[in-house]
Amino acid sequence: MAGERRPRSAHLFFEMGPLSRSRSRPPPADQSPGVGRGDAGYSRMVHCNDPASPQASELNYSDNSISTTKYTVANFVPKSLFEQFRRVANFFFLIVAFISFSPLAPYRAVSILLPLVVVVGATMAKEAVEDWQRKKQDIEVNNRKVKVYDGSFSFYQTEWKKLRVGDIVRVEKDEFFPADLLLLSTNHDDGTCYVETMNLDGETNLKRKQSLEVTSTLHNEDSFQNFKALINCEDPNEKLYSFIGILDYEGVQFPLNPKQILLRDSKLRNTQHVYGAVIFTGHDTKVMQNAMDPPSKRSNIERRMDKIIYVLFASLVFISSIGSVCFGIKTKNETSVGNYRWYLRPDNSSIYFDPNRAGLAAFFHFLTVLMLYGCLIPISLYISIEIVKVLQSIFIDHDLEMYCEDSDKPARARTSNLNEELGQVDTILSDKTGTLTCNSMEFVKCSIAGIAYGSRSCEMEKAASGIIQYELCHDSPSAFERHRSEGTSKKSTKGFSFRDDRLTNGQWVGEPNSEVIHKFFHVLAICNTAIPVVSKSDEILYEAESPDEAAFVTVARELGFEFYRRTQTSVSLHEFDPKIGRKVDRTYELLDTLEFSSARKRMSVIVRTESNQLLLFCKVAYRILSAEEYIPWHDDFVKIKNSVNADHDTIVDEVADRIERDLILLGATAVEDRLQQGVPECINKLAEAGIKIWILTGDKLETAVNIGFACQLLRKGMEQLVITLDTPNINALKKDGDKNALEKSLHENVSKQICEALSHVSKMKGSNVPFALIIDGDSLAFALSTSLEHSFLDLAVACASVICCRTSPKQKALVTRLVKWRTRKTTLAIGDGANDVGMLQEADIGVGISGVEGMQAVMSSDFAIAQFRFLERLLLVHGHWCYRRISAMFPKLHQDGVQNIFFSWPRILGWMINGVCSALIIYYFTTHAIFHQAFRQDGHVAAYEILGVTMYTCVVWTVNCQLAIYLSYFTWIQHCVIWGSIIFWYMFLVVYGSFPSTISTTAYWVFREACASSPLYWLVILLVVVSALLPYFMYSNFQKTFFPKYHDLIQRLQVKKE
Amino acid sequence: MNNVNGSVVGSSSGSGDGSAPRRNSKRPKYSRFTQQELPACKPILTPKWVISVFTLIGVVFVPIGIASLMASNDVVEIVDRYDNVCVPPNMTNDKVAYIQNNETDKSCRRTLEVPKHMSQPIYVYYQLDNFYQNHRRYVKSRNDAQLRKHSQENETSGCDPEKRTKDGAPIVPCGLIAWSLFNDTYIFAIGNKNLTVNKKGISWKSDRDHKFGKDVLPKNFQSGPLIGGGKLDDTKPLSEQEDLIVWMRTAALPTFRKLYGRIEQDLNAGDVITVTLENNYNTYSFSGKKKLVLSTSSWLGGKNDFLGIAYLAVGGLCFFLAVAFTIVYLVKPRKLGDPSYLSWNRNPAGH
Repeated sequence: MAGERRPRSAHLFFEMGPLSRSRSRPPPADQSPGVGRGDAGYSRMVHCNDPASPQASELNYSDNSISTTKYTVANFVPKSLFEQFRRVANFFFLIVAFISFSPLAPYRAVSILLPLVVVVGATMAKEAVEDWQRKKQDIEVNNRKVKVYDGSFSFYQTEWKKLRVGDIVRVEKDEFFPADLLLLSTNHDDGTCYVETMNLDGETNLKRKQSLEVTSTLHNEDSFQNFKALINCEDPNEKLYSFIGILDYEGVQFPLNPKQILLRDSKLRNTQHVYGAVIFTGHDTKVMQNAMDPPSKRSNIERRMDKIIYVLFASLVFISSIGSVCFGIKTKNETSVGNYRWYLRPDNSSIYFDPNRAGLAAFFHFLTVLMLYGCLIPISLYISIEIVKVLQSIFIDHDLEMYCEDSDKPARARTSNLNEELGQVDTILSDKTGTLTCNSMEFVKCSIAGIAYGSRSCEMEKAASGIIQYELCHDSPSAFERHRSEGTSKKSTKGFSFRDDRLTNGQWVGEPNSEVIHKFFHVLAICNTAIPVVSKSDEILYEAESPDEAAFVTVARELGFEFYRRTQTSVSLHEFDPKIGRKVDRTYELLDTLEFSSARKRMSVIVRTESNQLLLFCKVAYRILSAEEYIPWHDDFVKIKNSVNADHDTIVDEVADRIERDLILLGATAVEDRLQQGVPECINKLAEAGIKIWILTGDKLETAVNIGFACQLLRKGMEQLVITLDTPNINALKKDGDKNALEKSLHENVSKQICEALSHVSKMKGSNVPFALIIDGDSLAFALSTSLEHSFLDLAVACASVICCRTSPKQKALVTRLVKWRTRKTTLAIGDGANDVGMLQEADIGVGISGVEGMQAVMSSDFAIAQFRFLERLLLVHGHWCYRRISAMFPKLHQDGVQNIFFSWPRILGWMINGVCSALIIYYFTTHAIFHQAFRQDGHVAAYEILGVTMYTCVVWTVNCQLAIYLSYFTWIQHCVIWGSIIFWYMFLVVYGSFPSTISTTAYWVFREACASSPLYWLVILLVVVSALLPYFMYSNFQKTFFPKYHDLIQRLQVKKE
Repeated sequence: MNNVNGSVVGSSSGSGDGSAPRRNSKRPKYSRFTQQELPACKPILTPKWVISVFTLIGVVFVPIGIASLMASNDVVEIVDRYDNVCVPPNMTNDKVAYIQNNETDKSCRRTLEVPKHMSQPIYVYYQLDNFYQNHRRYVKSRNDAQLRKHSQENETSGCDPEKRTKDGAPIVPCGLIAWSLFNDTYIFAIGNKNLTVNKKGISWKSDRDHKFGKDVLPKNFQSGPLIGGGKLDDTKPLSEQEDLIVWMRTAALPTFRKLYGRIEQDLNAGDVITVTLENNYNTYSFSGKKKLVLSTSSWLGGKNDFLGIAYLAVGGLCFFLAVAFTIVYLVKPRKLGDPSYLSWNRNPAGH
């Protein structure tokens, strides 16, 4: 665990290939530096400081304004209408609306137009509001101010949108870059500056940019007066970490690389100001090129809803066909003897009823019936579901139990589409760092000169001891908490929870190896690339490339070696000098920094102390250098570092390796990435709920296994199946070289391991021993190949937990896709960093942790929560409710007798049968009870409007009572809606019936005059409603008595407890 | 021990800070609605509850059924089909020709015996079978505006083909419904004494007052070459033509009765009523039936046993179910919420 460095590569889009942070891949030799002018893909010409010149204007590059809106004012109506009518149901109703103006319509056109207009209008309004939000954001961004050189010795302020390619801009500290810029100079003489790229890739650490030497002298307004240069570079593309171009300045060509490029939406930090030339503007910038629409995810239910609508369509067409065929036959016979319905005037008929053209009449009748039975297709279903989903999202957003006090972040449902999917999650694929753990390294233990220090136990020990003490986990302050409480409490400093009375409070001086301890902390304080920042409360905080580095500097500070200033050439400490016995300020001249590279897996600095001693510090070792040794090496190193070469990195590494030798080991450190609060409990509960959890991490195998134990994913008694290619004989093979043979043998090896594991699992099937699969990235690459993915997945599915370590972001996404496609079950991916983006987008549901690692994961997620433990509530509470609710949308809406609910086909069919039963009962009972006899005591008989009202009243009652029986609990809302609907129907009858008969036609006074005072009407309703509900009531009781479901039992259990 | 002490310190500082109210906090506001903590009742179908529900339905339904059946039984109804018998024997082979011949005498005499005492009012209905007043073409073939107001008499849309005369003058009332007005007439007598049939108030009041205008007089009605049904008195406004108003309330089913009038005197069992009827209306073309109905009414309306029987049947079924569930409950008692039925309890090795 010691000194673990996250091999998190910082790329957003995996097609870019692996690039690791803090070094940029040199451009391929054949393309650079010799980029020919006008080569395909390298045609962009930037006339620096001369944007208005004729040559520049000829290029006609776009301005710097951006637009992320979906619609414009002009195309909103047609485009959004088009979007709307791409939905099957809406399109159907559009056609119906058109036909409804013809005499074919069985009802007035308004009856169909009104709901359609409401549904489409509401959805369009929603689109418009959303787009307006985007527009407002665009306007805000476009009108941000930036200083631009006016060509005559001064800078003036202008809006971002007015920037042109070639403009020279001045960006101040903590400002965003308005466009992709070529860094010309900074307030530092050496032309370096620091940028924060959180908006681009979610990484919080600062990145160093370095201008070309020739331009780094352009320091003031005057110097730009005569500055003219031409940049020839690549065309706009989405690759954030590459840039190829040449600067043509004073007749000399200088190659450009990403080190000189400042990207739009990143921020200038720790540098007073920089000057830059605009290269890419507006939509040509890399960040905008990256901004593609996230893949639209549709929930299973929505997909199935479409299918249901097709089924309903089919039944609609079927019913209509039967009706029209019968109609056609009847119409044809109209003229035959004994069947001549003279009162219909078949001799003088219109085309719709013409017995001589019965076929045509039948066709028209088909259209009419299609409209009449059109209510089978639930027009309002989409919008009702939309409303329900919005409400659910509000519930999720407002849930206090998912509010993180420390970070002040509530949960966010970013898309409402997938709420009900949360209830069906089968597999969770989780990132580790930042998701399960806090991603804030804590210095837990160290060993100095062979003596172990540090008394706090680590997570692993806690888990291994078998006691997960809730208090303990609860008490461990999260990163945020610590962050916030800095200054208020010395004890809880970020990254510092080291406890050992032998070292703290200056006690180390008394230790036997105080000399070594002194050196040890020296190394921690000096050998880093962190930047000290003075906080508001005058405390020194560190901005470091990685959290573990920050932990080292912090621990050094807390133990008396306060690193307080970094300049380009020096590092200054307040340190305790045991010889003098008090704190002194010391400055170390920084001679070289051998940056971290994943090949070397170390980082060193070379400094000159005030006593002119040359020291090489490497964690946690040192070496005293002699000048004879150092100077030639230094010359070499500088030369190599500044060379442009395809193998640049390798050669630099080699040179660095030459000096990082004969080191004296001081000790070892143990940093630990703390688990987030509540993670083991949450994982336990999710596992109990039958949800499989996979961890996909970039860590090495041992770390991953440790974390697995710490968070209870791996338990004692579990059998671990390890598939790895990191074995000695394979490593030996790798050295041999022959690539093809190697591939083949590795593939075979993985295949063999998987097969062995599979047979082992099947052998042990009866024994109930849970399995855990641990696989490393190299093996995974083979396991995911087409020939093996099947057996790999079988194996993975058979295991209770799966841990994939050393996975690249691309592999994470691939694994997610594989699980999703092969299991055909709902997958949920959870992660916090830019490297999880692919995984989040690939999974059915992506959950982003809105933690420390910036917003990239959150931006591409469907749900955002502040901590992993909230997943439990999100899935097990909200997910379940959402699923139940969406499923239950159907009976409410199908007021015509065909009802369907829970989303499995047998269930849907069951509900349809129930609906048909109810419909038959309603029809036969009503028409037989109200036959031709007098309807009331006063001798009046029931005409069609009375029969219609009676029947429809029965439907309203039946549907609402059915819903009431179906519901498992009632709050005032349910009461309101159900009983309110029935009351509303009566109110409608009365109010509509009181309208003048011109409007209400047949409904005129029908309730008030005919029905209300007729006992028959009320008795028929009671009879019909009870009878129509009886089949369902009987069935559900039968089922609950003989085949109870879990939720029934649990519900009873609850009642018993109360 | 160390661990615990160490952590407690961290926690106290953290939570102390957290509980303090912060400005601009994104903390969601508490409301019972958003937290989904509304008070809820959770009805649960326990066996006892179910049995009581079934029993309750039975208890309510059986008496209603009995009451309905009794009401239906109290109604005395005389139904006489006359369409076939009123055709002269020599014309039975071509009834259509008979009915369409304007020269022949259409009168017909029927005698009805009163089976039981009938107390007034006795409603007179005519009943048509196999007559589709609910046909879409037929139902729509009217113009409400024209019926309502004299000034709108030119409104004849929807009335095809009975819209206008050959010269283009509007027909009032237009449309197939009016055109096919039922026109059989009945005169009742007991012995030599005529029974008065009150034809006032046989239509719905809302129709008379609001749908058929007091100033709308029939015009050009049944003046075309093809005469459908009855004619109207051109001097009486539509609001007083109650036979038409009744006819124009179209029936929902192909078998229907319409009110013809009321006999406002009691009839005694054994009375023989002589009906002199004019058999004008053509149901022979489409094989329809015509019936004359005399009926008293109860609080439930006319005679129809269906409601009573259905109530008794459903009530009986519920009693049966109540008994069945009780037996199941007694034979195979199950404690409410017996957790041993849960799958994970049944099979401890479970997940």
